[in-house]
Amino acid sequence: MSQTVKNLALAKAINESLRRALETDPKVLIMGEDVGKLGGVFRVTDGLQKDFGEDRVIDTPLAESGIVGTAIGLALRGYRPVVEIQFDGFVFPAYDQIVTQLAKMHARSLGKVRLPVVIRIPYGGGIGAVEHHSESPEALFAHVAGLKVVSPSNASDAYWMLQQAIQSDDPVIYFEPKRRYWDKGEVDTEAIPGPLHTARVVREGTDLTLAAYGPMVKLCREVADAAAEEGRSLEVLDLRSVSPLDFDTVQASVEKTGRLVVVHEAPVFFGSGAEIAARITERCFYHLEAPVLRVGGYHAPYPPARLEEEYLPDLDRVLDAVDRSLAY
Amino acid sequence: MTVESTAARKPRRSAGGKASTTGTKRTTRTTAKKGSETQLVQLLTPEGKRVKNAADAEYASYVDGITADELRALYRDMVLTRRFDAEATSLQRQGELGLWASLLGQEAAQIGSGRATREDDYVFPTYREHGVAWCRGVDPTNLLGMFRGVNNGGWDPNGNNFHLYTIVIGSQALHATGYAMGVAKDGADSAVIAYFGDGASSQGDVSEAFNFAAVYNAPVVFFCQNNQWAISESNEKQTRVPLYQRAQGFGFPGVRVDGNDVLASLAVTRWALERARRGEGPALIEAFTYRMGAHTTSDDPSRYRHDDERAAWEAKDPILRLRRHLEADGHADEAFFGELEAESETLGRRVREAVRAMPDPDRFAVFENVYADGHALVDEERAQFAAYQASFADSEGV
Repeated sequence: MSQTVKNLALAKAINESLRRALETDPKVLIMGEDVGKLGGVFRVTDGLQKDFGEDRVIDTPLAESGIVGTAIGLALRGYRPVVEIQFDGFVFPAYDQIVTQLAKMHARSLGKVRLPVVIRIPYGGGIGAVEHHSESPEALFAHVAGLKVVSPSNASDAYWMLQQAIQSDDPVIYFEPKRRYWDKGEVDTEAIPGPLHTARVVREGTDLTLAAYGPMVKLCREVADAAAEEGRSLEVLDLRSVSPLDFDTVQASVEKTGRLVVVHEAPVFFGSGAEIAARITERCFYHLEAPVLRVGGYHAPYPPARLEEEYLPDLDRVLDAVDRSLAY
Repeated sequence: MTVESTAARKPRRSAGGKASTTGTKRTTRTTAKKGSETQLVQLLTPEGKRVKNAADAEYASYVDGITADELRALYRDMVLTRRFDAEATSLQRQGELGLWASLLGQEAAQIGSGRATREDDYVFPTYREHGVAWCRGVDPTNLLGMFRGVNNGGWDPNGNNFHLYTIVIGSQALHATGYAMGVAKDGADSAVIAYFGDGASSQGDVSEAFNFAAVYNAPVVFFCQNNQWAISESNEKQTRVPLYQRAQGFGFPGVRVDGNDVLASLAVTRWALERARRGEGPALIEAFTYRMGAHTTSDDPSRYRHDDERAAWEAKDPILRLRRHLEADGHADEAFFGELEAESETLGRRVREAVRAMPDPDRFAVFENVYADGHALVDEERAQFAAYQASFADSEGV
């Protein structure tokens, strides 16, 4: 392992990425509830205020619209705020500022102003949390022109995609898979990363493509392992970016395998899987051996923790979809 | 008057026997008016007389040395702004603009506060701050693009430190506060001013802005033009305390100024901006004024307010008041007023011609500036649109 390669938990990789951004660019600011002394409720910003001061790592009032609204003002002044929304379900008080202001201001100004604001949102279920702490609202943001939406699945991407998001002159919604915060992985802090919005083939296969992002990538790798024991060769894609979405990589994979199952935690109805299914059907109609299938949450409020295992896609539900696709 | 005494007094008044005979609405409005009369900073009466009130001496000191030239300049600003506004209203009636939000009656609040700003200050307006835009040097014809429907903005915000108009009520109060936080971080001594109306005071964003500004001691002035009506809803549907008193609960001063008095508006805004520049934090100014026209050209005020109300406010007209003062003190003669009249007509003609000459945007503008760094889907859809457009060109060419 070279000097620049570290074995880091995903949350720690984000922490180191934020540290690097604060060191590199004096205009980068961290803002949010409890991000300072506490280091965030998940400790993602641990130690940053101690080292960079209250002026760079800013504990804010408990007001999400205020956090995003003032971040917009700071960006207009030339700063690059990275704000933390404490949990997925708490982003909605800020949704107006994100949708009506942050997303549109570059276009409204005919390109004269830029809004390099990153909004970090720990998202998704699987940690036994209470209501409003386990949601996957990525489709609500991907639907809005002017926003970019990404979600890393591993420590290296968590580190590098955040660097790229902070350097982007566009607002980026950076969804952190909180159930993977403690998963360790190698991070090469000197490696030159690929483009932020390019999907990656994380496992090659020939019989069917599984496409996922964020927390579901790990599950899809496990599904591919299990399927391999049954003699099936599944290709696994880590989409990495929800908007823009790298349809070229998905298309190339589907043209090879002829089958596609999209997996995400968010409700299936009007979800990112629906968009992928529609576009891939347009692009690969004559290559498809089966309709594109989706595995995700139900059209129901996120359930209480004791029921979340029923609600979230798991190994068996994805394998069932694989069976259904292969049965065509 | 303290907040406590107001709060204690209110219920007894609204529960008073008179309410049953004269109607609750009227009683409440009378109460609000009384409060305003006792609290209003006024330096120029509706009759055009300079007021020397010991309680307002601190604010008055900010215009003590004002010259006749400067007074005439303020008058000119107000007259030209009103002329521009009237032209835009006419252009809407002629079908040249899709909508117009008139500032009629609010000239003094806007010119007074706008002229208090320094070049390096930054302004965050709503969609009615045509007079403030004028003070910032924004070409008034640029304000009309969004109302004509050729763009959603129309000027470079950094060109004159005048942000784009914001239509979602109160959002810009937070942008102003964040910008001011950045000014403080930069160690600059400029200030920021956020404009909004009485209706916006009900929005959470405005309260959040007050709180952020106070917590971070941001150099931002909140300038609320209380024009009495939020479309059809009167003040009593927005607040149970005079708006300027809100500031106290957030930990900074609030002042109610006669918004039809350009001199008082100038003085109080200078006071607030200068204390912000000195690092003394935010202030709230409630400019007590009146929207003499409709909310926008789509609105019909006759459905919700009486003509006598407008007539009462016309007697307090901000332009007439300063004219009386200029004439009484011999600061302006007929030649000045005549030249200004001619200048107004020239401005009106220029605006009219500029609007009619405004080209429709290029059809590909839909895809421009959606993202700074580009986006694959926008590129794909632009290409599809281009191919679709080209298909017509081919068929026409055959």
